Formats: sequence, C-alpha cells, structure tokens
Amino acid sequence: MENELVSKDVVLEAIEVSKQVSSPEGSLTILSEVSFRIAAGESVAVVGPSGAGKSTLLALLAGLDLPSSGYVVLNGANLSELDEDGRAGVRADSVGFVFQSFHLVPSLNALENVMLPLELAGKNDARAAARRIIEQVGLKDRWSHYPSQLSGGEKQRVAIARAFATEPAVLFADEPTGNLDSRTGANIMELMFELNRSSRTTLILVTHDQSLAMRCDRMLSLDGGRLVSDSEVAA
Amino acid sequence: MRAVVFALRTFGRELRSGEVLVLLAAVSLAVGALTAVGFLTDRIGKAVARQANEVLAADLRLRSQEPVPAEWSELAAGYGLDTAETMSFPSVVFAGDNSALASINVISDGYPLRGEVRVADQLFGEQREVDGIPAAGEVWADGTLLARVGADIGDLLSIGEIELRVSAVLTYRPDQSIGFASLAPSLLMNAADISRSGLIGEGSRVSYALLVAGDEAAVNEFNEAIQDRLPESVRVRSQEESSERAYNAADRAQRFLSLTAVMSLLLSAVAVAMSARRFAHRRMDAVALMKSLGATQGFVIAVALIQLTLLGVLGVLVGSIVGFAAEEVLSRILVDLIASDLPNPGLRPVVLASGSAMVLLVGFALPALIQLRNTPPLRVLRHDAMPPAPSRLLVSGLSLAAVAALLYRSVGDPRMLVILISGITVIAAALYLVGRGLVFLIGRSRSGVGVAWRYGLANVSRRGRASAVQVVAFGLGLTVLLLLTLVRTDLLEGWRQTLDEDAPNHFLINIQPNEVEAVGEFFEKNGMRVPSFTPLVRARMTSINGESVKDRKYPNEDGRWLANREANLSWTAEMSASNELLEGEWWPRDYDGPPLVSIEEESAVNAGLTIGDRLKFFVAGQEVEAEIASIRKVNWDSFQPNFFIVLSPGALEDMPTTYISSMKIEDDQKAMLVDLVRSYPSISVIDLGAILQQVRGIIEKASLAVQAVFVFTLAAGIAVLFAAVQSTIDERRFESAMLRALGARRRTVFLGVMAEFAALGIAAGILASAGASVLAAVVAVQLFQLPYEFNPLLWVVGVAAGVFLVCISGFFAARGAINAAPADVLRWAT
Repeated sequence: MENELVSKDVVLEAIEVSKQVSSPEGSLTILSEVSFRIAAGESVAVVGPSGAGKSTLLALLAGLDLPSSGYVVLNGANLSELDEDGRAGVRADSVGFVFQSFHLVPSLNALENVMLPLELAGKNDARAAARRIIEQVGLKDRWSHYPSQLSGGEKQRVAIARAFATEPAVLFADEPTGNLDSRTGANIMELMFELNRSSRTTLILVTHDQSLAMRCDRMLSLDGGRLVSDSEVAA
Repeated sequence: MRAVVFALRTFGRELRSGEVLVLLAAVSLAVGALTAVGFLTDRIGKAVARQANEVLAADLRLRSQEPVPAEWSELAAGYGLDTAETMSFPSVVFAGDNSALASINVISDGYPLRGEVRVADQLFGEQREVDGIPAAGEVWADGTLLARVGADIGDLLSIGEIELRVSAVLTYRPDQSIGFASLAPSLLMNAADISRSGLIGEGSRVSYALLVAGDEAAVNEFNEAIQDRLPESVRVRSQEESSERAYNAADRAQRFLSLTAVMSLLLSAVAVAMSARRFAHRRMDAVALMKSLGATQGFVIAVALIQLTLLGVLGVLVGSIVGFAAEEVLSRILVDLIASDLPNPGLRPVVLASGSAMVLLVGFALPALIQLRNTPPLRVLRHDAMPPAPSRLLVSGLSLAAVAALLYRSVGDPRMLVILISGITVIAAALYLVGRGLVFLIGRSRSGVGVAWRYGLANVSRRGRASAVQVVAFGLGLTVLLLLTLVRTDLLEGWRQTLDEDAPNHFLINIQPNEVEAVGEFFEKNGMRVPSFTPLVRARMTSINGESVKDRKYPNEDGRWLANREANLSWTAEMSASNELLEGEWWPRDYDGPPLVSIEEESAVNAGLTIGDRLKFFVAGQEVEAEIASIRKVNWDSFQPNFFIVLSPGALEDMPTTYISSMKIEDDQKAMLVDLVRSYPSISVIDLGAILQQVRGIIEKASLAVQAVFVFTLAAGIAVLFAAVQSTIDERRFESAMLRALGARRRTVFLGVMAEFAALGIAAGILASAGASVLAAVVAVQLFQLPYEFNPLLWVVGVAAGVFLVCISGFFAARGAINAAPADVLRWAT
C-alpha cells in the first residue's frame, strides 16, 4: 500500500481499479483503470448509462468482489490484501448498504432486521439502538411487522434504518428509489440525505436519476467501464 | 453466541415456511419408522429373552413319549436337584353340552421349577402369580377354553371319565410354547387325578416330561451323567438350546423389520437431500446479505449448523411421538402373536433413532448447507452470483458414509453391508433408469393432447431427473402396499382353490383298536359314510443299513431330524389315492413276506435313502427291520392321513397301535361329534377348519403389522414428492402467473399441474404393478409352489392408486403455485 496516498480525510480510495470477466466471447472488460478518492462526509453520485459498470464499481468499493487489478482502500484497509472474512470484518465495522430491492431478511421482523448488523458488529444493546433508529425513520408503530407486511416505502425505510444503525463510515446506496414510486422515492431520499448530514456518513449513491445525483456534493460519471468525468456539483 | 441468538430468532419463522416443514417431515418420518420398529423389536427381543428363560419351566427337560422311569428322578435327587413331572396331550373338554379341544397338562407338585404360573380369579380379571398347582379334583383352565365351553370359575368340566372343578383362570404358564399348546387352549390338572380319568390308554399321544432344575454345576453334571444311559426315546432339552432357537427366529424377524425401516429411511434421505438443497437455495440471499453486512463464513456455518441441530432435535421429538403411537398400534395388532403382556420398551430405540436422524441430516443435508458459506456477497447486487456447486466427492462421500452407518446397525456384518449397499445401488440405478424411461415415454406422448396436458407432460420431461426420482420413490412404497394387500389375498385364495371341496376338514386321532368298529358304526348310524381308519405306530429309527442314525451323515439337517425324531409309522396293503409311486414297486395286496417299507420322496432325498436300504425301527421294546421297496410322492393338501414312512402289512402286527381317520363334517353335523367324544373320551377331534382359520388370522395380523411399517415407506415417498415440488415452487408460481397473464384460466393452470402429477402417478403405478407382479410370481412359484396367475386388477388398482395418491399429495404441495394470483407473483421484491 502506498502510504503517501492515505490522508486522514480520505475514507475511500480507488487506485487503477479494473475488472475483467471471462465470457464465451473471451475476456470482457467491465471496468478499466478507475481511480478516485473520496473524503469523509462527502456525498458522491455514481452515474452512467446501463452497462457502464456502476454496480460493478459499487461491489468493488464495498469489498463484495475483488478487482482484477488495482486496489480499493476502504477506511484505511486495502481490501485486496484481505480474505473474505477480513473484508466482512471491514464491512461490519464501517459499511452500510441500501439496495434497490431492499433485501430484508424475510424471516425477521423490522426491528430484528435493523438489529442484524449491530449484532454482527458485536454491539451491546443492539435492541435499544435499533429501536431508536426505527423511530427516526418513522416506523415506531411498525417495528414488529415482517417484510411481507410492509409496503415498498416502508421496507426501504427499514433498510435505511439498518444501514445507518451501525453509524458506518461509508454508506453505499444502489438505486435506492428504483423500486418506488416518485413520491415515496422523494421521501426516502429526503430521509437518507438527512441521516447522512446528521451522522456525517460518507454516501456513495449509484443512480440513474439525474435530479437525485444533483443533490450530491460530487458526481462520478462512468461510460463503457471508464471514468469519464469527476465533477463537483454546484449547489 | 451471536450465531446462536440469530439462529434461534430466525428458526421459528423459517419453520413456518413450507420447505423447512418438508425437511422436518422427512426427518420425523425416518425417526418415526426407526423408533416404531425399534420399539417393536426391542419388545420382541425382551419377550423372547424372557420366554427362553422360562420356556422349559426348568433347567433341563427330559421329554419322552413313554412315562419317564422313576429312576431318573431319583438320580436327579441324588445330585441335589429338584424335579417335577408333566404329561400333556390334546383332549376334548366338556361343560354340559358344550365341548372344546384343549391341551391337557397334567403336573406334579413342584411345577414349574422355573418361571411362574399366573392365574386370574375371574374371566379376563387381573392376573396374579401363584405358588403350587391345582388341588386334586380341581383345574385351572385358559380363559379361551372356558369361553368356548361357556363355563366359569366354580363350574365342573368333564375330562375323560371324571369331572373336575375350575378353581382359577389360567393366564400364563412358562412352558406354554411347547407342544400342542399354540393351537389349543391349556388346562392344568393335578397328577393325582390322571389315573381315574381313563384318558391314558396304550398308544395314546401323550408327551411325558421330567423337569429338572437346581444349581448350574449340578445340572451340568447330571446332564453329562445321563447322556450315555439315555434310552432312544428320551430327548433332553437344555436352556441354551431352546434359547438359541428362539433368538435365531427373533433375530431374523428383527432384521427384516429393521430393513423395512431402513427403506423408509433411505427414501426419507432422498427427501432430506432435496429439501435441504431447496432450503439452502432459499437462504442464499439472506446469507449474501448477512455477508454484505459483515457476517463471516464462520458465522454463516455456525447458524446453519445450529439450525440443522434444532431441526434434528425437533424431528426426533416429532418422530418419537409418531413412533410411540405407531408402536402402540403395532403391538395391539400383534398382541396375540407375541405375548399377552409385553415388557415395556426401553428408551434405547429413541436414542438410536435420534442418532440415525443426525447421521441422516449430516449425510444428506449438511453438504448443501456447508455450501452456503461460499455464497458470494456480490449476490446482493447481482442475483445470478452463485456459490460454486459442492464437490461431488463430498456429497456422495458423505451420503454413502451416512447410508453405510445407518445400514450397519441393521446388518451388523461388514461383508453383508457391502453386498447390501451394492445391491441397493444396483436396484436404485435400475429403478431410476426405468423411471427415466417412463418419463421419456410421457414426454413423447404430449403431441396428441390438449394444452393443459401438454403443459403438464412437458413439465414432467423438463424436470426429468427429479420426475424419475419421484416415480421411483412413490413406486417403491406402492409396490409393497400392493404386495401386502392384493397379492397376499391372491396367494391365499390361490392356495384355497387348490384344495379339494370335499377334502376332509376334521381329523380323528387316538382311536383305540377296540374302538375302530364301534366308531365306524357310530358314523353309519348318523347317516355318514364309514371313514377309513389308518393305523399309527409310534417308533424310533435306530439304524440305516446297520449304521446308527446318530452317527450317520445326512445330506441336510432336515434329514438328520427326520431320522432321529420319534416317528409315526403306518402300514397298508394298498397305496393311498393321494400318493403317487415314483420309484420301485408297491407290494402285492396279499403280501406276507419280510417287512418292506415305502418312503416319501422328500424325506428320502433329505435323509439320503434309496431303494434297497435297510431301516431298523425300535417299537415298544422290539426291533423291526424293513427294506425300502418304493419311494412315493405325497399330496399333503389332500388332508388324508399320510405318512413319511409306510410299512407292508404284518410288519407291525401286535405293536401298540392307535388309529387315525379324516372326514368332511359339515357345520350342521358337528353336534354329533360331541356324542362321539363323550362315548370315546380318548379320541381327539381336530378341527382343521378352525386351525386353518387361525393360521389365516396369524398371517393377516402379521402382514397388517408389516403393512403398518410400510406405511412409513409410502409416507416417505410422499415426502420426496413434496420436496421435489417445493424445490420447483418458485418456478411454478412464476409459470402459473405467466400463463394466467397470457390469458389461461385458473382451471387450465390447475389441469396442467394435475396432468403432470397424474402422469407421474401413472408411471409410479406401472412401476409398482410390475414390481409387485414379479415379486408375487417369485413368491408364488418359489415359496408356495403355486402357479402364478396374472391379475389384471393389480395393474388397474396400482395405476389408480398411483394417480390418486400422487395427485392428492401433489395438489397439496403445489396449491400455493396454482392459487397464486399473477399480481402477487409479479410483486416479487422483499
């Protein structure tokens, strides 16, 4: 790891990250030498057309997958140097997720879903912490409901509560409004940005939605697996 | 610890989802089958052990067809041993006008030397152990006997020429399995009463026994001392010998039952493997999510193992309850066959079944669950990201090890285990190929049918492998049920039909020579044909061609037994119509030369006898030597009096002889038998019809019990079907929704799914009918020597039952998919 690249403010760094997969037609490059740094507390939108490599980049940044070449340094840890359990440990400590299709555990109720990352990170008093955050997302009366008993918007609120429960350094959101109607989506984003501000979490938001991207501090544009622009968003 | 909390928290909820229920049901079924059979064999084992200890009512039993000389008991007393004497014989007992055949047991003071006699003070009353024997003038009679003659405690019973008062109901005597007792209810009477009863005549069929018991060393010394001095007619039975035989029989029964349980177990294993795969697949998303949230592989594995253990524990609990219930039912069915008061089963079967359940889960469910650990967390973003398939070596190795472990307990011999596993593998592979063939045929037949059928049949062949497994699993269960219901009835019916309508249904035995004429007249007077009387002389073979029967080598054990046992000889001038001459010549009608003998074919083969061999017999103190002149085939089903050994007239002249006769007596003529036996008390009438009835009853009950065990097999087949349907339920839901979105009515979708199950049912039914027919033919020809008749009904019933059972089970398994509204299905995200 190149120490001089790590500064206190940088929470996530991609260094020449590439990803190739083998396909019947031969090797296919999905990401090609993508590099950037993201400082703590920033909110960054990753945009680009379908197939640009947005989701792949997200998976690599969060350590869900490993790059074919290059490094990802997340909260001071070079993910390529860690085994799967090591990367899981980093995620447990410093990463939160919000997914397009919510990904709640169907066999757990709302509160238990929120408790899950707290317990995995070995936090004491997971239940009380989960209750607090469930209240914050406005589901005080629905905590005992199972995912199948919740609407799409409510599910995403639970997912957001779960993501913020561990006060992660970095929150990854993958098209969080993609499965919601526009009004519910707007409410959800409002909630997310608010929590982001109040907890000073770094937000990495993958989205198609230009208006959503415009609400972030910064925008990374991908096309054909390459980073084509990296720009501040004028507020 | 976190894993435990998480595993517990999610388990309850998972339980309510269908696939865990199927997994649980499969485990419970396996445990249920194993415990039920385990309990049963445990009880049989205990009953046998107890019986073996008591069956002689002594440590040594000297049995003879003649009174045991007094010197034997004096000799035993010299060794410090206790003795008692018994006599037993069948006789008719009267109470007023009612009569019944009983096994009369005359006992002396001290009986029994081992075990206890138990009596009750009223019919079907509570039993208690008693010391001592009935007082002179009194008897203890079996409740069945009292019921048959309509007598009760305090009533008088006529036995021979005397009347004795019933003072207790006999419920148990230790040596009740010896002799005639298994067919006729017992009666105990005091030896002091026997001489004035007039029951014991010369040549009567009385079995005498001297019971000896005491210190083990003294018993052994006595046993050795008498070996050389024992007359030919005395047989000594010791504890070891009788227990060994009892244990062997019980052991075989236990192994058979265990193997049937193993069959359910193997089918359950298939269901477990299928539903575990589905269970693991369903949990992949959750595992990917947990990993994305930071769960380690260890955590994932721990959760899976804990849940597997919980599942096992729950399966054992449910299965044990099912097993207990089944055992209760089974032992009720079998109560007459085993013993009236079986010892309570121990908990050992539950422990063993629990162990087996865990082996089952480890062998068949663990591979799929372990694989969960390798689920890529990337799956939260890309749903097609899958863990690599578990290594075939691991899967097949673990399951093979599990099967071996499970079977080893029933087989108990490594060589047999290898043979059995190879056999199972070959049969399973063959059945699977047949299943695939049937599935292929189903697939081919779909062009000529309507849309619903085409959709259903297409599904059968699309899921070819799973379909074949279902066909085989269901087919196996059905095969056994068909065998035990239709085929059994067919065989019994077939055997009954080979019997002559006019075949005799009653035997008269123990007719004294001076009674023959009078008995003939008695029948004539009652308007019946005078039956023929066949002489019977009790003898013992001593030598063959000058060589002692004890030293001689025999082709097989049956031959040794035949030559060494107490033999019933007869003589006749003309060969019976139910015999067929195979070799040699029959003696002339007026033959009066040196004694000749004719031997039954099978006995001759077993004992290695041929024409010209010289047999020496010991009859009532005299020796008779005869040359084999012919070999006969005997049709035993004729129910005519027939003998293995028949001599020429004159050979046995002046020997103590009784006569036997057989005749057909209609139900409305039976009253006359009472008069007959009243007039001639030593004559015993044996009602073959009643005995056949009893034999049939025993077969019915035994097969009912085996059937009950095989219900587990069928249930395991259903579990396989459920597991298979569950593993495709998402696909089915989606397809139903698609079809309905394309404009199919609910009815069409329903018919399509039912067509699929009907096709599977037809295939399973065909497989089962074919299997049952082949097995039935083998059983009929090999075991019963009956020509096997093809029964088309078997195929009709087999296929109908297959369609019915598979459709019903399939409907319940797949109803979620059939009934799911398209809108629900398309709203997929969780």
